[in-house]
Amino acid sequence: MKNHSLGTAGRFRRSRSLGRTWENMIPKLLLACALISVFTTLGIIGTLISETTSFFSQVSFGEFFTETKWTALFHESQQHFGVWPLIAGTLLVTGIAAIVAVPIGLASAIYLSEYANPKVSKVLKPILEVLAGVPTIVYGFFALTFVTPLLRGLLPEMGVFNALSAGIVVGIMIIPLIASLSEDAMSAVPKNIREAAYAMGCTKFEVALKVVVPAALSGIIASFVLGLSRAIGETMIVTIAAGSTPQLTLDPTESVQTMTSFIVQAATGDNSFGSTAYGAIYAVGMTLFLFTLVMNLLAQYISRRFKEEY
Amino acid sequence: MSQATMTRNAIQIKDLDLYYGEKQALKKINMSIEEKTVVALIGPSGCGKSTFLRTLNRMNDMIPGVRIDGTITMHDEDIYNKEIDVEMLRKEVGMVFQAPNPFPKSIYDNVAYGPRVHGQRNRKILDEIVERSLRQAALWEEVKDRLKDRATGLSGGQQQRLCIARTLAVEPEIVLMDEPTSALDPISTAKIEELIQELKQKYTIIIVTHNMQQAARISDRTAFFLNGELVEEDKTERLFSNPKDQRTEDYITGRFG
Amino acid sequence: MSAEEVVIHHQEGESGSPTLSLVEKRERSHFGFRRWKNRLAHGLFLISTMIGVIVLGALLWNVVKDGWAWVTPTFFNNFASRLPEQAGIKAAFWGTIWVIGLTVPLTFIFGVGTAIYLEEYARKNRFTRFIQLNISNLAGVPSIVFGILGLTLFVRLMGLGKTVLAGSLTMTLLVLPIVIVAAREAISSVPNNLRLASLAMGATQWQTIRRVVLPYSMPGILTGVILALSRAIGETAPLIMIGAVSFIAFTPGYALDAFTVMPIQIYSWVSLPQPAFQHLAAAGILVLLAMLLSMNAFAVFLRNRFSKDK
Ligand SMILES: Nc1ncnc2c1ncn2[C@@H]1O[C@H](COP(=O)(O)OP(=O)(O)O)[C@@H](O)[C@H]1O
Ligand SMILES: [Mg+2]
Repeated sequence: MKNHSLGTAGRFRRSRSLGRTWENMIPKLLLACALISVFTTLGIIGTLISETTSFFSQVSFGEFFTETKWTALFHESQQHFGVWPLIAGTLLVTGIAAIVAVPIGLASAIYLSEYANPKVSKVLKPILEVLAGVPTIVYGFFALTFVTPLLRGLLPEMGVFNALSAGIVVGIMIIPLIASLSEDAMSAVPKNIREAAYAMGCTKFEVALKVVVPAALSGIIASFVLGLSRAIGETMIVTIAAGSTPQLTLDPTESVQTMTSFIVQAATGDNSFGSTAYGAIYAVGMTLFLFTLVMNLLAQYISRRFKEEY
Repeated sequence: MSQATMTRNAIQIKDLDLYYGEKQALKKINMSIEEKTVVALIGPSGCGKSTFLRTLNRMNDMIPGVRIDGTITMHDEDIYNKEIDVEMLRKEVGMVFQAPNPFPKSIYDNVAYGPRVHGQRNRKILDEIVERSLRQAALWEEVKDRLKDRATGLSGGQQQRLCIARTLAVEPEIVLMDEPTSALDPISTAKIEELIQELKQKYTIIIVTHNMQQAARISDRTAFFLNGELVEEDKTERLFSNPKDQRTEDYITGRFG
Repeated sequence: MSAEEVVIHHQEGESGSPTLSLVEKRERSHFGFRRWKNRLAHGLFLISTMIGVIVLGALLWNVVKDGWAWVTPTFFNNFASRLPEQAGIKAAFWGTIWVIGLTVPLTFIFGVGTAIYLEEYARKNRFTRFIQLNISNLAGVPSIVFGILGLTLFVRLMGLGKTVLAGSLTMTLLVLPIVIVAAREAISSVPNNLRLASLAMGATQWQTIRRVVLPYSMPGILTGVILALSRAIGETAPLIMIGAVSFIAFTPGYALDAFTVMPIQIYSWVSLPQPAFQHLAAAGILVLLAMLLSMNAFAVFLRNRFSKDK
C-alpha cells in the first residue's frame, strides 16, 4: 500500500518542459501580433509628426493656416503653402457627397428596416453590399466616363474635371455605408415601441419618422459622420474626376484639388525626398489624418451614448 | 467496501473554502472519498455542488476572481500545490458536463481527442482506445459502423454517452459528473445510470444530481450541501432513511428546495 | 402591418355608417391625407433604395460597353505599351497576384493572432480596451495615410525600396483591422462548453485553441480574410504612394522586385487622354471585377460548405 502511494507520488508533476515553454510562449507571440496595430498607429503618428515638424521648419505655421494659395509643386520661387484651398476642395466634394448620400442612405435604411418585406431585402441588401465592395478606382472611371459627360450635357460650360461629378460619385460610394449602419441602428429599436405607435393608428411613415428615427437618431448620426469621414479620405475618385487645381471656391462646377489628390499628385511627381514640396505630403497627410480621426472618435462617442439608451 | 483494510481514499478534502470575489460559495468542507465508489452530491440549486465539483479538477481556475483555501489531496499531493501540472491532474480527474458537448468532429475523433492531446499518435493504439472507451460507455454497438460520422448527428443520450467515452479514453481514475442526465429523456437516463453502475468497478465517480431518486438508485454514498456547507455525508441508505441533521431531513422529505 | 389594418377598418366603417359628425369627417379626411403621405413616402424610399441598384447597373453597363471588346488574349499576354492595340495587363495582373499572395499569409497570421489574443488570452483590462480602440480607429484611417506610412517606413526607413514586399506589408497593415474584426466575431461564436470539454480532458489552452476553437471558427475567419483581400485587390492609393509604377515590362520574380498592380495600371490608362486608353481601362476593370467576383463567390461557397457541418 505504502509502496503504491510512493510510486504514484508526483504523478501530477510529469515534466513537460518543452511543451510548457511553448505553452508559455504562445500568449507572448499572440500579444506581439496584437501590438502590431498599436505600432501601426504609433508609426502613422510618428512619421506624420516628425516629417511635418521638419516641413514646418521650412514653412511657417502661419503661412500654412492663413494663406489662401497652394502652389506646393511650383518652382521654389513661386511656392505658396496655404492649405485652405485643399481643405476647401475637400469640404466641397464632401459636402456634395453628403447632399447625395445622407438623404438616399437614410431613405434606403428606412425602406429596408420599416417597409421592405424579407424577400425584397434579401435581394436589395446584397446589391448594396456589392456596391460597397466596388473598388474606388472603378468609381473614378465611372465618374469620369459616365457621370461627367452626363452632367456636361446639362451644364455645357462645365469642364471635364469638376467637383460636382466627383462629389456625386463619392456620395454614391458612401450610400451603402450610411444605409447599412443606419439600418442597424433602426433595427435595434425594440419592437414594442413601434407596436405602441401602430396601435394608436399611426401610418408606417409616421412610425418611421416620429418613433423609429428619433429612437435611433444617435446611431444614424454616427453613420453620417463615419460616411463623411470616409468621403474626406477618399482618394481615387477625386484624383481622377475632380482635377488638380487647388482653389478656394464653393462652385461645384469648378475643378478643385482635395487633400488626398494633392498627396497623390505630389507622390507621383518627381519631387525629391527632403524638398519642401515633399514635406508638404506629410503636412497635408497630418491634416487629413486629424480630420478623419476626430470624426471617427466623434462617431464612436455618439454611438456609445446611444447604446445606453435602451 | 466491506473490507475496511482494502479501501483507500481517492480524495481527501480539508477545510476547503472557496470565494467568488467577496462571495463565499464553499465553507469549510471536510470530506474523504473512497476509491471505486459512487458519491452523489445533492442539495438545492445554488448551494455550491457544481462549484465543489470543479474544485476537484481545478476547472475553477478559469474563473477570474476565484480564491481557494484549504487542501485537497489526491495521491498524497495537494492538488493546489504550485508545482502541480493542471493538465496532468485533469487527465486523472475527468469530467462530464450537464449538457452533452461533443466536438463538431467525427465520433472517432471525439473519443481520440484526449489521447491525442496527451501525445498518442499511433493509429493502432488509438483504434483500440476508441473501441474500448466506446464499449465501456455502452455505445460501441450503436456506432461501430459509423465512426466517421459527425458526433453532432447522434441523439442526445448517445451524445452524452459519447462524452463519457471521450472522458474514459484518457483513462482517468476519477470521473466527475455534473447533472449528466438532466438534459436527457428517461430511457437515456436509465442507460446512463446503468452505465455508472458498471463504471464504478474501475473508477471513482462523483456525481451531482438534484434528483434524489437518482442519488438513491446509483450511489454508495451521498453528500448533502446547503448554502455552501457540507451538511451531512453518509452511506446513501443511511442518509435517506436516517439523516442525522434536521436540514437533511427537511430536504429529503421535500420540505424545501 | 397593423397600420394598414386600421386603414381598412376605417374604410369599411365609412360605407357602413353614412351619418358622421363634422369632427369625424375632418378626422377622416385628415387620415386620408396621412395615408396618402405614407404612400408617397413609401414610393420615395423605394426609389432611393433603387438608386443603388440603378447605379450599379449603369456602372457595369458602362464598363462592359467600353471594355468588353478589349478583353482579348493579347490583353492578358502583353505588357503596358504606348500603343493601345498592343497594351496589356500582364505585369499588373501578376503584380496583383504577387501582392495578394504575400498579403494573405501575413494578414492571416497577424489578424488571427490578434483575434486569438484578444478573445482567448487577454484580460478585460484597460490595456486590452486600448488595443481594441486602436484597432477600430485604424479601420477608419484613410488608405492613403497607410500609403504615407508604407512609403516612409518600408520603402525608405527599412530600405525595402519600391518592391512587392513593401507593397504587401503596407496592404497588410491596411486590411488587418478587417480580418481582426471578422476573426474575433468567429472565435467568440465558439460555444464555451466545447472549450471546457477540451480543458477538462487535460488539454492545454493552446491545444484547445488549435484543435477546437480554430477549426470551429475557420469558415468565419476565412470569410473575413477574403473580405480583406477584396479590399486589398482594389486598393490603389497606398500603392501609388509607395511607388508602384505602371510602366513595367516584366512580371515580378521575387518579393524584392519592382511591380505594378491592376488598379494602378487602370488608373494610368484612365489618366491618358486618348479614348482608346479608356477602353483599356474598362477592360482592366472587367478583369478586376471578375477577380473580385470569383473571390466573393468562393467566400459564399466556404460559408455554405462549412455551416452545413455545424
Ligand atoms: N462563475 C461564478 N461567478 C460568481 N459566482 C458564481 C459563479 N458560479 C457560481 N456562482 C455562485 O456560487 C454559488 C454556487 O453555485 P453552483 O456551484 O453553481 O451551485 P449548484 O451547482 O449547487 O446549483 C451560487 O450562489 C452561484 O451564484
Ligand atoms: Mg450546478
